[in-house]
Amino acid sequence: MASFKIGKVIIRNLFRKPATLMYPAVPRKWRELTRGHIEVRMEACILCGICAKKCPTGAITVDRGAKTWAIERMQCVQCSCCVEYCPKKCLINRNEYTAPETRKIRESFEKPAELDGI
Amino acid sequence: MSKRTVIPFGPQHPVLPEPVHLDLVIEDEKVVEAVPSIGFVHRGLEKLVEKREFPEMVYVIERICGICSFGHGWGYCRSVEGNMSIEIPDRAQFLRTIWHELSRIHSHLMWLGLLADAFGFESLFMHCWRVRETILDIFEETTGGRVIFSVCKVGGVRRDIDGEELKRIVDILAKLKDEIKKLADVFFDDYSVRNRLCGVGYLSKEDAKELCAVGPMARASGIRQDMRLDGHGAYPYLDFEPVLEEGGDSYARCKVRIREVFQSIELIAKAVKRIPVGEISAPVKGNPSGEFIARMEQPRGEAYYYSKGSGSKFLARMRVRTPTNMNIPAMVKTLQGCDLADVPMLILTIDPCISCTER
Ligand code: SF4
Ligand code: SF4
Repeated sequence: MASFKIGKVIIRNLFRKPATLMYPAVPRKWRELTRGHIEVRMEACILCGICAKKCPTGAITVDRGAKTWAIERMQCVQCSCCVEYCPKKCLINRNEYTAPETRKIRESFEKPAELDGI
Repeated sequence: MSKRTVIPFGPQHPVLPEPVHLDLVIEDEKVVEAVPSIGFVHRGLEKLVEKREFPEMVYVIERICGICSFGHGWGYCRSVEGNMSIEIPDRAQFLRTIWHELSRIHSHLMWLGLLADAFGFESLFMHCWRVRETILDIFEETTGGRVIFSVCKVGGVRRDIDGEELKRIVDILAKLKDEIKKLADVFFDDYSVRNRLCGVGYLSKEDAKELCAVGPMARASGIRQDMRLDGHGAYPYLDFEPVLEEGGDSYARCKVRIREVFQSIELIAKAVKRIPVGEISAPVKGNPSGEFIARMEQPRGEAYYYSKGSGSKFLARMRVRTPTNMNIPAMVKTLQGCDLADVPMLILTIDPCISCTER
């Protein structure tokens, strides 16, 4: 009797799809709300620095003199706090996670010069 | 008299995901005494209240623990809300309850898997975690995070879950129930599992009381203690009665957690049925200036959140006491007289979360 039972399980398992995703072959599906990485629309940013002040990990640096907005990718914990506070709504949380890295990555964005003063 | 030896155990040990160190005094194969020491992952999160404004502190508090993150966020919010006398809308209370109960299911399933791994039942471990994945997917769909949700804020919640989505969650959980039932049967009836769990690590009701055990550890020894009974969140509307077992051994602790998984599924179904429509957050004005203590029932037991306002955006003091802290004396008690081979499993039965404990 027992061998029947286990036989059934074995046959079922042989033909069943794996429970895990066959990762690189089958890409990961992002959910609508997934918080993956922060993106900035520099043309709308007014370099007010609120995001840098509110960020709980201090991942953002805003330099008004050099007109840059920079983020430490490894320090950001995707809490979306900056997105919530930005007065210009120019920060967006995108779905895709950032790629794994062995070094700390800092990305800096410059405000386009021709749009100065807007 | 046989010779006594001291065997150091941890903080790095294959079975322990968490860094706790024990000096085990061994006589033959029996443990006569265990001396625990913690302090390997202290992060000083409580001190951060001086640098982070109280609304942003939620993000930090949530990261005390990766498993009961939602409960920590909620506990902190409750203590600040109490401090500022903010009334939370009912819908937010229900949503918080639903997320918290989902966290309990995922935490217990994870623990069941770890327990199976500790007594060497690898496939059971995999199955528990496979089932748990469904819950993580629900989290990702409703909050955007799989582990840390960032949906709880002072004054309410950030996101709503619409009616259809709520129904879908209940349906998914109803299906999941059958799968968990299969797993539960193995934990309850399998000969080798019972062999490892029954009668091991007995903690009497008196000891549990005296050593201030909390959560499933206390409930498995027959103590009716559950902070959800104190009337916070949506629990008063859910006719809720804590799960109790009388056994006091590892088997009873396992049973309490499995039964709590089923109970949480029921609680969520009830909450979805009774959830009112309305606002999901209340406006927050001013700064906290009083003192307030909130107590929460985390998956591992009672947690305690104290906040003291300073009248500014920064709290004067924040204190979190987590369940594992309270369960360590009980764990040391159960270790006395056990076999050396049972030590890893007994440590696991309190469901230790050392990162929580050290904050
Ligand atoms: S808060 Fe928004 S507008 Fe202000 S600096 Fe940050 S991204 Fe720019
Ligand atoms: S998502 Fe959070 S951690 Fe990341 S930059 Fe924004 S506020 Fe900072």
